[in-house]
Amino acid sequence: MTTTPGPYTNAMSWQESLRLGLRTMLGRAYPRLISAVREREWLFYEVALPLLRIIAFVLVYRTLKAPPQYTGFVILGGAMMAFWLNVLWMMAAQLHWERLSGNLELYLMAPASMLWILAGMAVGGMIATLIRAVVIVAAGSLIFGVTYHLVSLPALVLVFVLTLVALYGLGSMLASLYLLYNREVWVFQEMIQEPISLVTGFYFPIRTLGGFVGGAASLIPLTLGLDAMRQLLFPQGWPAFLPIGWEILILTVLVMLFLVGAAWSFAFIERRAKVEGRLSLKWQ
Amino acid sequence: MSIAQTREVPAVQTVDLRREFRTRGIGIGAAKTIVALDRVSLAISQGEIFGLLGRNGAGKTTLIKILTTLLAPTSGQAFVNGLDVTRQVIPVRRRIAMVSGGEQSGYGILTVREQLWMFAQFYGVPSRVAHKRIDELLEAVDLADQANQKIYALSTGMRQRINLCRALVSDPEILFLDEPTVGLDVEAARVVRNYVRSWMQQNPRRTVLLTTHYMFEADELCHRVAVINHGQIVAQGTTNDLKRDLQEHARFQLELAEWAPAFVERLRATEGVVDAQAEAHKGRVELRLSLSREELIAPAMATLSEVGGRVLTLRRIEPTLEEAFVRLVGDAAEDEQSGEAHQ
Repeated sequence: MTTTPGPYTNAMSWQESLRLGLRTMLGRAYPRLISAVREREWLFYEVALPLLRIIAFVLVYRTLKAPPQYTGFVILGGAMMAFWLNVLWMMAAQLHWERLSGNLELYLMAPASMLWILAGMAVGGMIATLIRAVVIVAAGSLIFGVTYHLVSLPALVLVFVLTLVALYGLGSMLASLYLLYNREVWVFQEMIQEPISLVTGFYFPIRTLGGFVGGAASLIPLTLGLDAMRQLLFPQGWPAFLPIGWEILILTVLVMLFLVGAAWSFAFIERRAKVEGRLSLKWQ
Repeated sequence: MSIAQTREVPAVQTVDLRREFRTRGIGIGAAKTIVALDRVSLAISQGEIFGLLGRNGAGKTTLIKILTTLLAPTSGQAFVNGLDVTRQVIPVRRRIAMVSGGEQSGYGILTVREQLWMFAQFYGVPSRVAHKRIDELLEAVDLADQANQKIYALSTGMRQRINLCRALVSDPEILFLDEPTVGLDVEAARVVRNYVRSWMQQNPRRTVLLTTHYMFEADELCHRVAVINHGQIVAQGTTNDLKRDLQEHARFQLELAEWAPAFVERLRATEGVVDAQAEAHKGRVELRLSLSREELIAPAMATLSEVGGRVLTLRRIEPTLEEAFVRLVGDAAEDEQSGEAHQ
């Protein structure tokens, strides 16, 4: 008896699929990496300008006579905001531009999953963003004389990686909406950016928002990721929202949830968009 | 029996394919259902360059979107190399590529070579193989000197040639060309057409489905064509078949040594002569004959000889594909009226 394969059944072996996926990711990461080298203006507006915002918050805390470690909290928040913007928001919004340029059609026609294309965007974005984050932390720390007390490097790396992978999953879920809608998602994304940025706690402890709002905000991976990293770098003085162990556990769950959710959401929305005829429309 | 089990697997096959679109309007009853494709059945053999002709909105691009897995049919089936485009999406995608007219794909910041390499990666082509193919393709479309040029610096014609290379770098079995030469100058369009022909000759299993508004392009490139109007295939065959089938009368052009009014009068009275028109210009006499059947040219020539007409040259006037196309789909005004009725 023969069985009819599913629509996205790949006739390739898993090794071939993996090789194709990795090549796809590398291919899509390349323009992001090369643009960081060829368009160096980003060094000004992605490093100098965020530093100004960090300086503003540091000055507010100093005026309010907050404990000195708060300067470090703000610098770390400012550095992580770069990942938030580049890995999550920019990756999703990029599909808006990819649709307009006609790239989206070509990506969808390629045999690898769109998640590999998005992974390429995310990896390319992460590497460029890492440079930005390192420069912000180094410059901020030098200017304000911040000292760090690292509790555990492996734990810090683990939290950092989990946070970024979860951000990638969430960003992919958001990006999948662009297959069906375009301008509507763009407007929605712009609308929720500031409120979500607020509850993530870039420049203040999330605990101050209370258990209910803090709990809801924990669905955004950066909230707990940032809280855990601050605990690992400033063991004294940070009003932690949850113990580190719990935060790592929740982040791991979020990683699985968002990655599975993104795969499901892309398959579901792509099918629906093909039925509604919205997948290949450039203007909506 | 499934398509895949047949001995001769068509490169492209559609069976009663139908696609409807719901349009959203403002106000009650403003929403409409538009039938973009209606019971379209086609079979394109491997090794064929097949043309799909039709006016804007006829359904050409809708058909290509379905075959390239970007759109689901409302009903009916579509197969690419025996693979169902709705059920075997990934295997289909590994075998196809598409180039659209006026395409702006890729990234301006990349060089030509980088851009082609990037797209090769999406199909899992190892870098060494990709670079070899890129060199060959750029050479073939006369852009070898532009390999390290940034994409944003290229002209429209160059970009479209790069788009063609982009599609071919993954070595597809079936290439979909959706108005690939639209907006190109004569030279760039010629390079695209020549390379498509040469690419096809390299491997007999390759297939091209081309949509175009340029009848001469279809006539020059395609082994067979189909004419689509309001989502329905109204004719298909070789371009010569189409021209012949739609030619109402056999037309001939004769050059005569001298002129006499009796020539035309006698010819018009001859059985099977539908029309005869003569025109004298700079000492040359040109006679145009329309006959109900091609073989009636012999009696017509005999009649002409009887009245003293001396024929210097005789030429059969072949109808153009454009004439055949217009006869099949009507003029633009008819189209708009019937289009509204159709919706």
